[in-house]
Amino acid sequence: MVRQFGEVLLAIAIAPLFAGWIGQCRAWLQNRSAPPLTQPYRMLRKLFHKDAALATDASPLFRTTPYILFGTMVLAAAIIPSVATDLPFARAADAIALIGLFATARVFLSLAAMDIGTAFGSMGARRDMMIGFLAEPALLMVLFNAFLLTGSTALPSVVESSTAHAFPIDPSLVFAAVAFLMVLLAENARIPIDNPATHLELTMIHEAMVLEYSARHLALVEWSSDLKLFNYACIGFALFLPWGIATPGADGSLALGVAVIALLAKLLVAGAALALIETLSAKLRIFRAPEYLATAFLLAVLGLLVHLLLGA
Amino acid sequence: MATDFMELQPAALPANIRSHRFRVNRVQWLQTAETLKRRNARLLTLWGTDDRDRDGGFRIYAAYLLPEMVMVVEHFMDDSPLPSYPSLAGLYPAALRMQRGMTDLFGIATDEADSRGWLRHGGWPQTLFPLRRDFDGSRQYPAVSAPYAFVSVEGDGVHEIAVGPVHAGTIEPGHFRFSVVGEKVLRLEESFGYTHKGVAKLFESASQQEGHRLAARVSGDSAVAFSWAYCAALESITETACPARALALRALALEQERLANHLGDLGALGNDGGFAFGLTQFSRLKEDLLRTNIKAFGARYLMDYVVPGGVAVDLTADARGLLLDLYDALEPALTQMRCIYDEHAGLQDRFRETGRLEQATAETLGAIGLVARASGIACDLRVDHPWAPYDSLSPKLTVQAGGDVAARVQVRFDEILESLRLCRVLLSAVPQDGIRSAVPMANPGALGIGLVEGWRGPVMLALETGPNGSIRRCHAHDPSWQNWPLVEYAVLGNIVPDFPLINKSFNLSYSGQDG
Repeated sequence: MVRQFGEVLLAIAIAPLFAGWIGQCRAWLQNRSAPPLTQPYRMLRKLFHKDAALATDASPLFRTTPYILFGTMVLAAAIIPSVATDLPFARAADAIALIGLFATARVFLSLAAMDIGTAFGSMGARRDMMIGFLAEPALLMVLFNAFLLTGSTALPSVVESSTAHAFPIDPSLVFAAVAFLMVLLAENARIPIDNPATHLELTMIHEAMVLEYSARHLALVEWSSDLKLFNYACIGFALFLPWGIATPGADGSLALGVAVIALLAKLLVAGAALALIETLSAKLRIFRAPEYLATAFLLAVLGLLVHLLLGA
Repeated sequence: MATDFMELQPAALPANIRSHRFRVNRVQWLQTAETLKRRNARLLTLWGTDDRDRDGGFRIYAAYLLPEMVMVVEHFMDDSPLPSYPSLAGLYPAALRMQRGMTDLFGIATDEADSRGWLRHGGWPQTLFPLRRDFDGSRQYPAVSAPYAFVSVEGDGVHEIAVGPVHAGTIEPGHFRFSVVGEKVLRLEESFGYTHKGVAKLFESASQQEGHRLAARVSGDSAVAFSWAYCAALESITETACPARALALRALALEQERLANHLGDLGALGNDGGFAFGLTQFSRLKEDLLRTNIKAFGARYLMDYVVPGGVAVDLTADARGLLLDLYDALEPALTQMRCIYDEHAGLQDRFRETGRLEQATAETLGAIGLVARASGIACDLRVDHPWAPYDSLSPKLTVQAGGDVAARVQVRFDEILESLRLCRVLLSAVPQDGIRSAVPMANPGALGIGLVEGWRGPVMLALETGPNGSIRRCHAHDPSWQNWPLVEYAVLGNIVPDFPLINKSFNLSYSGQDG
């Protein structure tokens, strides 16, 4: 139970740091001087100190959505074995429930965006729904790759079973990893699907949905986005780079220490890689998004086929 | 029925480009427009004057650009509650908004069906007309909400997206009303006037010697073009000859302005395509140029550098060296960036086929400037009607046939390279005479025009002098007037999220058209 809470608190604490690190890498890659690593925290602090302005037509749904978002992302962090695998929560919900959690967050955010009745809110919501219904099947297919290898739909079992092997790389996982990366970019409103830094309201997806939020509500939305990205990264680590995650058999505190350091090292590399991808690509025209996500889906299916044909 | 211009006794008009004016009656107003249209004339601008204090009526002027000269047609209307003249919009669609703006400002109307206001937006009572001479420009009026009647599109699943005038980014205010199905744009309607500053009214209280400062502020990114146009008009009226050195420095400043804006636009276009790397690189190049500007010309954006009779600051030998160093650094960096843009599959996918403005559409609607050149229309005042010092520089014309965002990007790249060449030629032999000659006070009632190819296109300024060195009327025209309606066409059939990219590829002035 201590581990469970520790892991959730760690996720909440370092999720903005991960976002800050990506921001720094991106700035360096574009030859800009980078903002400090703590920039996202400063932003959250600033937002929490402001008075919230609400649109006159906002319903309770609009006001509660930031809390629901934050709650679902925290819950997701509790399910994903980022540091240790013996998590009471993780035993209760498997990876398919996890996708359900992300979908719940998406539905609430879309409803809240339409709640205000502005053109931008509903425009962002319908675009996000389009991305969502294409990304979710692809993500499921990616997970099926891992399930097929390990015979379990629970992420801790996946981690435990893959770390039990000396060298857990399977050819099918390579396809799945590429597909996962594509889904991660799309689901977290990043280039090439969405541009989190844009000021052009007509091109926005995620940003259009949260345009009407301010102060603490916006802070929670931003924090949830950071957490979502962190969660996705941790799902990726659990599936494809499980080394270092503390398993039940290992020596308690030492294994945990190693696990935290391993997690930070992985985040460091993953953040730099994400920034590189985002710097090198332009944003796709929105109607290319289906092609992009269909490719991700296809790659994940190819992974399954590779496993069935060669791996067994 | 054709009109023989000789019958109308054209008179030479003081200008930096060969110009003539002639007076017409109401019937001839349309006939001359038709005749000129057949001779491939482009409408440069329309402006009105309130001459009730002088000869009891209003005048309307239309300036046309012909392959061999500029024609200014003048029509007098007797004073009546609502003087009117025949609309030119059927022949020159670009005239429509200018006419609507003139109705707001002068209370002179046309027979056009679309009589909606264009610039007023409830800022002053509808019965008052700011550019009439009896209007007191210092009075304040409470803003009254004046809803604008947008054309609505009906059909299954059609809905509207209203954007602006306040945008998510820090940009100029303008309202865009999209009628869309899903993401597809069926119709776009623009509504401007939010930055109407009353510059034309302010000119009435400025002196001839300081009018260039006001002109430079009509659209701050074209400060050199506007102030040069003003000075050219004033110098033509007073028959002042500028020193050759001053003219060379003016051209240098105009090309610097072109470089700065094109560099900024190329970065912004990359950024709007989601390629932030482009923005940071071009921002750096632009910033280097602006910093050189302040050292060489005394102002980052060259504000108030061009003054009547010459230029404000002389170019030192050090500054000349700085500029040459800048060009030597800029050219390879630009070539490299062009390679990156051209070879970036993702960016090219966004640029190509996006926001296509067909040549026929551009011709019909009277496109001018950079936008026209990107749609295959060969027009550039520096080439077609070179005034000093461009007459001795033989600038190269840049034309791209594509008409899409990619074409407008390529025109900018080509023009930067050509501007660099011109700047180097200018710096290789700067004449050694003075930088400023004295401009005498002009006789009252004289009309002169100045025409300069700014980075967006031809900037035209018409100046009418008043007594004792005052300005009776000054009309500054930004090419954005002609090109804004084209955006409405270029965006048709495109998807909503591509609009910012298309709009940026035109990068027209809100301030310039609002006046």
